[in-house]
Amino acid sequence: MNTSTAHTDHYDPESSKIGMWLFLFTEMFLFGGLFLVYAVFRNKYSADFHHGAHELNAFIGTFNTVVLLISSMTVAMSITAIQKKNRKLAVNMIIITIVLALVFMLNKYFEWSYKFEYKLYPGSPVMMNLPQGEILFYGLYFMMTGLHALHVLIGIVLLVVNIFKIRSGKVHHERFSLLENSGLYWHLVDLIWIFLFPLLYLVT
Amino acid sequence: MVNTSQENYLEYRGRFKGLMGWLTSTDHKRIGLMYMYAIMFFFIIAALLGLLMRIEKIAPGQTIMDAQTYNGVFTIHGIIMIFIIVIPGLAAVFGNFFLPIMIGAKDVAFPKLNLLSWYIYIAGAIMGILSQFIGGGAPDTGWTFYVPYSAESGTNVMFALLAAFVLGFSSILTGLNFIVTIHRLRAPGMTWFKMPLFPWSLYATAWIQVLATPIIGITLLMVIAERTLNIGFFDPALGGDPLLFQHLFWIYSHPAVYVMILPAMGVVTEIFPTFSQKPVFGYGAIAISSLAIALVGYFVWGHHMFTTGISYWSRWFFSFLTFIVAVPSAIKVFNWISTMYGGSIDLKPPLLYAISFIFLFMIGGFTGLTLGALATNVQTHDTTFVVAHFHYIIFGGMGFAFFAGIHYWFPKIYGRMYSNRLAYIAWGILFVGFNLLYFPLFVIGIQGMPRRYFDYLPQFQTGHVISSIGAFILVAGLVVMFYNLIYYRRKGEIASANPWKGVTLEWQIPSPPPLENFEEIPVIKDKPYTFDNKEEKASTGN
Ligand SMILES: [Cu+2]
Repeated sequence: MNTSTAHTDHYDPESSKIGMWLFLFTEMFLFGGLFLVYAVFRNKYSADFHHGAHELNAFIGTFNTVVLLISSMTVAMSITAIQKKNRKLAVNMIIITIVLALVFMLNKYFEWSYKFEYKLYPGSPVMMNLPQGEILFYGLYFMMTGLHALHVLIGIVLLVVNIFKIRSGKVHHERFSLLENSGLYWHLVDLIWIFLFPLLYLVT
Repeated sequence: MVNTSQENYLEYRGRFKGLMGWLTSTDHKRIGLMYMYAIMFFFIIAALLGLLMRIEKIAPGQTIMDAQTYNGVFTIHGIIMIFIIVIPGLAAVFGNFFLPIMIGAKDVAFPKLNLLSWYIYIAGAIMGILSQFIGGGAPDTGWTFYVPYSAESGTNVMFALLAAFVLGFSSILTGLNFIVTIHRLRAPGMTWFKMPLFPWSLYATAWIQVLATPIIGITLLMVIAERTLNIGFFDPALGGDPLLFQHLFWIYSHPAVYVMILPAMGVVTEIFPTFSQKPVFGYGAIAISSLAIALVGYFVWGHHMFTTGISYWSRWFFSFLTFIVAVPSAIKVFNWISTMYGGSIDLKPPLLYAISFIFLFMIGGFTGLTLGALATNVQTHDTTFVVAHFHYIIFGGMGFAFFAGIHYWFPKIYGRMYSNRLAYIAWGILFVGFNLLYFPLFVIGIQGMPRRYFDYLPQFQTGHVISSIGAFILVAGLVVMFYNLIYYRRKGEIASANPWKGVTLEWQIPSPPPLENFEEIPVIKDKPYTFDNKEEKASTGN
């Protein structure tokens, strides 16, 4: 049947971009729920939160913030590159972004396993013996950074898909909505971290 | 206007035929119907569970099931009815089918995403049903999943929570799709205020879906973390706060009520002008009041928590806003009635259902104010008064609007006509059964009958017996209605393109609509609901 071309082959980058922004709103509200819980408990147990934040390694946190900020820049550069028809540079920029994301995840892995070594994880006897505010602080820490890490992984998958689509010529200088929207998603992952970092590491 | 050069969407053969042709179709009309069939299937299950509960309550003490089974039955009845039926409900069925047509588009903005939403919906629905049969027994928390019980119950709450999470995701994607569709795909010349009012109501609904659903998502994840990881946000023993859950839950679940009712209001807003042959009264007021409801509806969630010990001022605030949010609903009611005033009213089944929608919705709305007032809330909280109130809103409002919508658009969807006689009979039985079933619950609720109890004191028996009789009558009405619709969708008389003399775009194309809706995208010049009496001119030999 050739009557239905418009059904499958409808390309409107403006629509996809609005759709993506709406999706990003939902992501912000998802984390917003956790921020709300954070605000409530921080207000109730400010001394414990102060102490908990003190225990986190601010150096790793700062390092990871810098890593993510640079990765946001490289993903933006890959979009500019594809607009200028430089596919090779675009792919390379995405690869750098992915490497930076992996560095972030590796750091996170070390950070978490360091805590696990001290038997500090949700439900562990060590954690259950902490003051109540600290239990909640670490609960929030694990849940927020865990959910964020999950988003980093999804972002990595999206970026890998983009590499294949650029190589197969499906994403190019006239049709780069997928890359642009993946870039937007990546900025969101970055943005959420920008909020998590001071709330968890710096508010001492 | 009517042309038959294109195949209609029901007969169209794509790459696959038969069932696969439907399951792989990205056509918004087919997806709309797929939602409808799924919703009907689950509705029958949940309605039968409701009937079982009414049979249990026909006499005090244990009648047909024990207390734990009863807990499981009202929980799954609620989960299916709320998350699987009424939240997607009108938006997913009529929204999918008619939104693109009414704004003059060939499809929604993201057809593939639309199909994906349906699959996610089905996955969530199946998980909800499975939660009954696997693991530690049927969930028994009620559909509200209140902690601490939902964090402790040994039953299969996890699966039900995940099901609600997945269904929420589907709801978000549908909302997102509709917002983009309305922004980008309106026909040339259709400015915002030339858009029909059903799309307006869908637009307001979609924003609630996008902005409120993530909150329930993260809340359900927190309960899951509570159960699996002992994370303690809601556990007082670990410093958490169970009330925090109620806040988070109702931040979503009150706006969700408007996800259910706004499209219902949109549907009846289409019906009144058509059957009065008169432009809708107060077009702007109806359009804006939808947005107002969506906006104010965000800030009233605390009225579910008046008895939990929240502060005086927050109770005052939430009660005040609850009264405020009733205003735009009342504006709509006045507009519907004014639309009929002085029109040439044709009391066909769709209009009959729409009028009974107003009647039932108003009873539900006013009793909602009884619950929203601080003093009376203390008396009626957690009694069957609440049960009666929200069934009047959800079933009497959203349910009857759905029936109105399906009787209105049936000839367009299937190209056939149902039996008017059977439709009137079904309406009569449904209306009597509905009021017999739910009205006594107001009375015994005020007298102190708690909700969610499988047993009761003898003094409540009269009310319960009347209610149970009503349940049987209601089910009989449903059987007649379903028979009428299912049988005549293939066997009915061929319907014309515009049997009701409607003026919105869906009536300007053949019945059933061709695959791509419009041969040529229409250009809009007039306001919607402009009845210029073309027919009269034609008949007077113009
Ligand atoms: Cu409410």
